[in-house]
Amino acid sequence: MTRDTAIEAEHLVKKFGDKTAVDDVSFSVPTGSVLGLLGPNGAGKTTTVRMMATLTRPTSGTGRVAGHDIVTSPRDVRRNMGLTGQAATVDELLTGRENLRLIGSLYGLSSAYIKRATDDLLERFSLSDAGNRIAKTYSGGMRRRLDLAVSLIATPPVLFLDEPTTGLDPRSRLELWEVLRELVNDGTTLLLTTQYLEEADQLADNIVVIDRGQVIAEGTPLQLKDQSGAASLVVTVSRADDLAIAEEMLRLHVAEVHVEAGARQLTAPAEGLQHMTRIATLFADSQIELDDIGLKRPSLDDVFLHLTGHRAEDSTASGDETRITEEVPA
Amino acid sequence: MTNIDQGPRLTQRPELERPEIVQTGVLRQSLSITRRNLIHIKRMPEMLMDVTIQPVMFVLLFAFVFGSSIDIETAAGYKAWLLGGIMAQTVAFSSFIVAVGLTADLEKGIVDRMRSLPINPASVLIGRSISSLMHSSIGLVVMSLTGLLIGWRINTNVAEAALGYLLLVGWGFAMIWIGILAGSAMRSVEAVNGVMFATMFPITFLANTFAPTDNMPPVLRAVAEWNPISSLTQAVRELWGNDYPLREGAALPLQHPVLATFVWILVITAVVAPLAIRTFNKRTAS
Repeated sequence: MTRDTAIEAEHLVKKFGDKTAVDDVSFSVPTGSVLGLLGPNGAGKTTTVRMMATLTRPTSGTGRVAGHDIVTSPRDVRRNMGLTGQAATVDELLTGRENLRLIGSLYGLSSAYIKRATDDLLERFSLSDAGNRIAKTYSGGMRRRLDLAVSLIATPPVLFLDEPTTGLDPRSRLELWEVLRELVNDGTTLLLTTQYLEEADQLADNIVVIDRGQVIAEGTPLQLKDQSGAASLVVTVSRADDLAIAEEMLRLHVAEVHVEAGARQLTAPAEGLQHMTRIATLFADSQIELDDIGLKRPSLDDVFLHLTGHRAEDSTASGDETRITEEVPA
Repeated sequence: MTNIDQGPRLTQRPELERPEIVQTGVLRQSLSITRRNLIHIKRMPEMLMDVTIQPVMFVLLFAFVFGSSIDIETAAGYKAWLLGGIMAQTVAFSSFIVAVGLTADLEKGIVDRMRSLPINPASVLIGRSISSLMHSSIGLVVMSLTGLLIGWRINTNVAEAALGYLLLVGWGFAMIWIGILAGSAMRSVEAVNGVMFATMFPITFLANTFAPTDNMPPVLRAVAEWNPISSLTQAVRELWGNDYPLREGAALPLQHPVLATFVWILVITAVVAPLAIRTFNKRTAS
């Protein structure tokens, strides 16, 4: 391993009884970059992070965080990492400030430093006004931000984020993404798990897709998208009545057409920009009114379907959905 | 290749400025956690109901409802005699306090957060234990004040009085391990409440805590007198001079209650502590 690798997993295996939760997972994360660990619920993401964060020992294999072995020197690993778990693990009865101070003093930071860092972090995470309120009164987004702030009190070079935005409303999610990007700009290395394909696409430099405990693909978001084949041409007609005639017209120019009546959408394999422009002109000259015409790159969702044969959402338990809605602040 | 692409990008990234991290001892870590637990009590004073309103209510109920029909041959009568029993029950319930607090922390992921820090993992348990002992001690103070109000007095000397309190706190210490065991083994605060209530209540009642054992049927009497809680209660009563001479046929532990209590504390701790730590580690490491 070189100095430029901040996180490295080597053949990690974790068994619970006869069940293998993580089965030979390896990856490495260059310093200052973001790795997205992508997979559905129960794929082994959390268990992988728990092993890397020294919360649970691998059955076999090992890993290194900031150059320290997770099995043989967990204390050094903990000194160099921050962890934000799946549920915001802030102490509800403590104020934002008290939460930061507690973790700061447990890290072994001086109280003068903690005071300074607390002010900075509260400011940076837009929590200054709420700093003296108990965390129970915080919204879901504020809790996540406080949780993240707490993980950053000792400025760890490596940060593990287990589903950082699960249960957040779209606005809070965007805000959190922004904060994470800033962290990376400051030089922090991130390992984040997510079930949201868009999130991995937005944040990660590299993505490792895991399913049923195994790595099934890895690469940059772009590479993964390319893996699942060509883009498609999508035409959306304004009136459902026009679908049939539009389909007929399109068939003269493309190999095959797929009709989605509900969405008033026609999908065909794309044949480049010029081809699309030509078809757009044809429609413009016709009586058919269009809402939209464009090329669609395969989403990571398509990639997942392509790689695993099932959609990412498939294994999301319905119980989890309820949990998510509960966490969204009213 | 990729290195060429990444080279300039990586060098542009600033080095993180890290604060100095001092290696702290397990005591300082435990006290930080204790402090946090005490803030909880400050924010939710109703957490103290189990060591304030509840035992005071017991004292008053028992003293005035049963007091008139239970005849205790001491100068101060049933009320003064009762107080040692209620105190013993209150410290026995400290297992409850530990279990509920620990389960809540486990459930909410607080324990995981602590374990992800460069601290001695034992400080989570030690911090919890210290705050629970303080919690129970508040109960002892409240009980003592209530006792003074209804006519309970310590009729011996300072040393014996202190030894009585020491035994109670020591008992609370042994109970902590039962609390850690229960808290680590159970999956929810509700489960802890249910199980602890269903076990601790009968255990603390089937003893000499609220009624003399002398008139119980022989089997029940034997069970009650060998109940560790009875040793503690008897020891405290003797040390404070609230007891009456033992009746004939009293079980061995009641004849040497102070010694018996010490032995119980050691035995419970020696048996339960390793089990509790193992259960806690198993629970948290999965």
